[in-house]
This record gives sequence, C-alpha cells and structure tokens, in this order.
Amino acid sequence: MRVVLAEDSVLLREGLIRLLGSAGMEVVAAVADAGDLLRAVDEHDPDLVVTDVRMPPSHTDEGLRAALVLRRQRPGLAILVLSQYVEERYATQLLSTATSGIGYLLKDRVADVTEFLDALRRVAAGGTALDPEVVAQLLLRRHSDPLERLTPREYEVLALIAEGRSNSGIAEALVVSESAVGKHINNIFTKLDLSGVDKDHRRVLAVLRFLKV
Amino acid sequence: MTHTEVSTPWDRIRPHWSAQTWLRTVHVVTGVPIALLASLVILGLAFLSVTLVWTVVVPLITLLLLFRSVRLLTWLQRCRFSAFLGVEIPALPRRSGGGNPLKRLLDEARTRSTWRQIGYHLTSPLISGIGFVMVVGAWSGSLVTAALAVRRWNLDGTWASVGVAQFALLSAALFVAGPWVVRGVAALDVIAAEALLGPSLSDELVLRVETLRESRAEVVDAADAERRRIERDLHDGTQQRLVSLAMNLGMARANLVDLPEPAREVIAQAHEEAKQALKELRDLVRGLHPAVLSDEGLDAALSGLAARAPLPVRLRVDIPERASPTIEAVAFFVVSETLTNIAKHARASSAQVTIDRRGDLLHLTIFDDGRGGAGLDGGTGLRGLAQRVGSVDGALRIDSPPGGPTTIRVELPCE
Repeated sequence: MRVVLAEDSVLLREGLIRLLGSAGMEVVAAVADAGDLLRAVDEHDPDLVVTDVRMPPSHTDEGLRAALVLRRQRPGLAILVLSQYVEERYATQLLSTATSGIGYLLKDRVADVTEFLDALRRVAAGGTALDPEVVAQLLLRRHSDPLERLTPREYEVLALIAEGRSNSGIAEALVVSESAVGKHINNIFTKLDLSGVDKDHRRVLAVLRFLKV
Repeated sequence: MTHTEVSTPWDRIRPHWSAQTWLRTVHVVTGVPIALLASLVILGLAFLSVTLVWTVVVPLITLLLLFRSVRLLTWLQRCRFSAFLGVEIPALPRRSGGGNPLKRLLDEARTRSTWRQIGYHLTSPLISGIGFVMVVGAWSGSLVTAALAVRRWNLDGTWASVGVAQFALLSAALFVAGPWVVRGVAALDVIAAEALLGPSLSDELVLRVETLRESRAEVVDAADAERRRIERDLHDGTQQRLVSLAMNLGMARANLVDLPEPAREVIAQAHEEAKQALKELRDLVRGLHPAVLSDEGLDAALSGLAARAPLPVRLRVDIPERASPTIEAVAFFVVSETLTNIAKHARASSAQVTIDRRGDLLHLTIFDDGRGGAGLDGGTGLRGLAQRVGSVDGALRIDSPPGGPTTIRVELPCE
C-alpha cells in the first residue's frame, strides 16, 4: 500500500514513517504542509493519505481543507485525518463528502499501535474509522427522531458501527457474543425502518441516519 | 550672627511693576479684539441660522461653521492665556470626527462643553471690555494726571498750589492701583476661562472612564492572546513529543514480545503513563483556547466540550452572527468551567447549556439538576467566572437554592 503522509512535527512524522513501514506500508512521500500534500498526491497517486489537521502556515485547519479538496478531486482516495482534538464540525465536513474510505482519529490513537494500524487498513479498504470521541459528540446532537426509540445498548452498537467496526469487532468491544450483536443490529434496522433495503447498504444507511450528514 | 535681609517698602512695591504686570496688561488689551471678533462671529452666524432657518440648508452650514469657529476661538483664547499669563487651560476631550454632518451637528449641539465655550466667548467682551476700561483708564489716568500736575506747576510755580497737589496725588494713586486692577481683571478672566473653556468635572470623568475602559480591554485581549500562545506552544511542541513518545512505546510494546516479562511490564506501564499524560495535557490545553473556537466558533467548540463532559449535556446554540474573539473566549471559558464545576460538585444527573444571541447580547444559560447551594462566596471557581465575565462588562447571576436545581445566567455584550 502506497501512503502519502502530511505532518508538520518532524518527530512524529519520522515515527509514523517507521510505524507504517513496520506494518508493510510504503510511505512514498512525507510532507510538512497542505500545499506540499496536494502536490505529493498529484505526483505519487497513493492509495491512502494520512494528514494532520493543523499545519503551517496558518496552523488552523489546512490539513482538513486539503483533505476535502483531495476528496473532491479523487473520490476513490482513502483519507485518514489525524487531529490533536477531534471536533464534530471537522468530522461532519469530512463525512459530507462520503462515508467510505474516510477516517478521523485523535492523534493519541497512534499510541495504540495495533488498533491504529487496524483503522488505517480499514480506511484504505474503503471502510470508516471514526474516533469514539467524534461519535460521542455526534451522539450528543441526535437526541430526536427514530433514534430515540433505540435502547442504550442498541445505541452503543450503532455508535460502534459508525466507528467502522465489524460485527466481530463490536462483539469484542462490548464483550458479548457475535449473535447478540447481530440481534441488536437487526433491531436497529427495524427501528430505523431499514428492514426492506439491500443487506449491504443497510449498515451505511443506518450510520448515515445516525450521523445526519 | 544671622543675616537678615533688609526689606524696604519699595522692595515690596516694586514687583507690582515687573514684567508680569505688563504681560497681564497686554493680556487684557489683546482680549478686547478677540472677544469682539468672537461675539461677532458667534452672534452673526447664530443670527444667520435663525433668520434663514426656513432654507434648512443654510442653518445647517452656518451652525457647522459656528461650532467649528467656536473651537477655533477657544484655541485662540487658550494661546492667549498661555502666552501672556502662563496659564494652561486643559484641552477638552476630542469627539470622534466621523459620521455624517447632520449627526456631527447634533452631537456637537448636545455636548455641554460647546455651550460652555459659547458662554465664555459671549461674556468675554464684558470682562475684557470693562477690564480694558479699568486697566487702560488706570495707566493712562496716571499719566494724564501727572501731566496735568506738571502743567499746573508750570503755571502756578509752586507745589503748594491746590491743583498741583491733587493731580500729583491722583496720579500716584492710579499708578499704585494700576497693577492691582490689572491683576484683578486677569484673575477674573482666568476664573471665567477655566470654568467655561476647560473640561468640566464630568468631562474629565468621561475621559478617565474612556481611558480605563480602553486599558482594560487591552489587558483582557492581551491575556486572551497569551492563552492562545501557550496553547500553540503546547500543541506544536509538548503534545507532539508526547504523541511520538507514546507511539514509540506502543511500537515497543507490540513488537518486543520476546522480552522478559518484567521488561515488558515496564514498557506497558510507561506506555499507559504516556497515554494518560497525553489525555491530561489535551484536556488542559483545550481549556486554554481550543483552535476550533477560532476556526468554527462557539457552536463547534462547545459541542466538543459537552461531549467530553462526564454527564449528559443537552446543548442548544443559536448564534446567527459570531461575536468578537474575546467574547467567544469568555463564553467558552464560562461553559467549560461551569461544566467542570457541575461534574465535580453538583452531583447532577444531567445539564443543559443554552446560548443565543439577542441583538448585541449573548445570553448563556447553564442548568443542572444537582443539589444546588452554589454561590459566589462558596469557592474561588464561581468568583473567577464572575470576574472574567465582569472583565468584558458582562453580568452573571446564580440561582441555586439548597437542594437544587442550579441555573447560571450570563449576559455578554457582543460589541
């Protein structure tokens, strides 16, 4: 897998290169600002972009804006945004372009190496990886409509689907059996009126309804 | 042996005819043409404005001219007082010159100092006129009577003659009285000018309040800028290092599986510590001034805050137009601190935060269903909040009966 990395802190950039390298990914370019990121993607045509939100020169949200530009130019490109603080607003902007091949994680997650690499692979494969903190922020706003019919447990399951986890991942996180997870998911689909729809898309639609993006 | 200075009556009288007296005389004399010019200009322009009031345009122009010339005449008088008497009359607080002419006219007409200045310029012919007559009368009277005495002496040939003695005495008396008259007239003029041309007590207070308001705003802004700088420094330096450290420890933990158990345990512990430190630092830095607040405003920043609160927080934000960065920072700080307080002390099961902007006021309401009893005298937390709110002329009210619930209302001016 070919990766372009954008991160202005040299220390962290070098660390990430080593980490990705150790996982068998090839970092074809590592840059320090948003302009270089756009150029590097043009030049190398990578499978995955990993970018920081705050970068020079203005140190606000260049990384995110660059990600949005890339997303518009190349709808198929997988993008993982890393941020010191996860903000619902940034996540919603990012998700408004698409919900596949998108990740938005807190930088701290880098420390949990295996989970981080797992999320990277998920995003590269066209899945999603949303930070639990983002999900918590999004949850906060959605207290109305059909979602209110969900039980707290179903809510938790839906939140984990939104984070991009598979059934077995959810079962592991909640310490329940996979069949219990399947039952919860079916209940969610019923309550959100998604029972008739094509099986593969129901998951995405449920997440979309959940995120209201 | 002590040396005592011999002081004759002459020594005491002589200063009366010093340069100061002559400067005062010049002051009184120059006052007459300026006073005449002033009253002529003011009365003339006022007369024009009144008689041509039906044209609407003419009085507008003449009144503008009037107010402009009043300021010019005041400046001229101030120069006169400073040059001849050494009396500095403090300048009036300057009004901002912006706005359309009509508004400026109204502003000027509403200002009390304008009318006080006009009052001085209209009374100055009186003071200067009478003063001129008295001062010039005394000096010239003294000369004329002296000349008459000499002429009479020439005619009569003797000092004993009635006319000579009377004229000589009168001349001497006027010569002695002259400096006193000059001093009296000048003093009267100074009193009138200081009372009417200088700033009044309320003007001075207004000026002082203005200066204080400005300097306070600067301090508040400087503190805010400092908070941002610290946030930036921590974000660009310490946090990145910690992330890098935690990542390296994470890699070590994941890859070095063949190490002896104690070593693995140490690495695992260090890894957890580093992650904990990261989290603590993140919370701390975020409380200073979150970047998303500058980028996206209160709504975005507060939703993050509410999500991280350890209790469910219902948030409603309705701000059609963003407030100034300082006000946003204060509002964020208020909500952040209050939610922390609620989590720590209130034993609440949920909280509600409502923010809306009505006109120029930002209203914040933070409600919790906890045990109540919060007050400004309880701890330093709420008092600090009240101080921060007060620093931008906001108001904070607490309604927290023992047993709860607690409602904190804050109003912040947006302009």
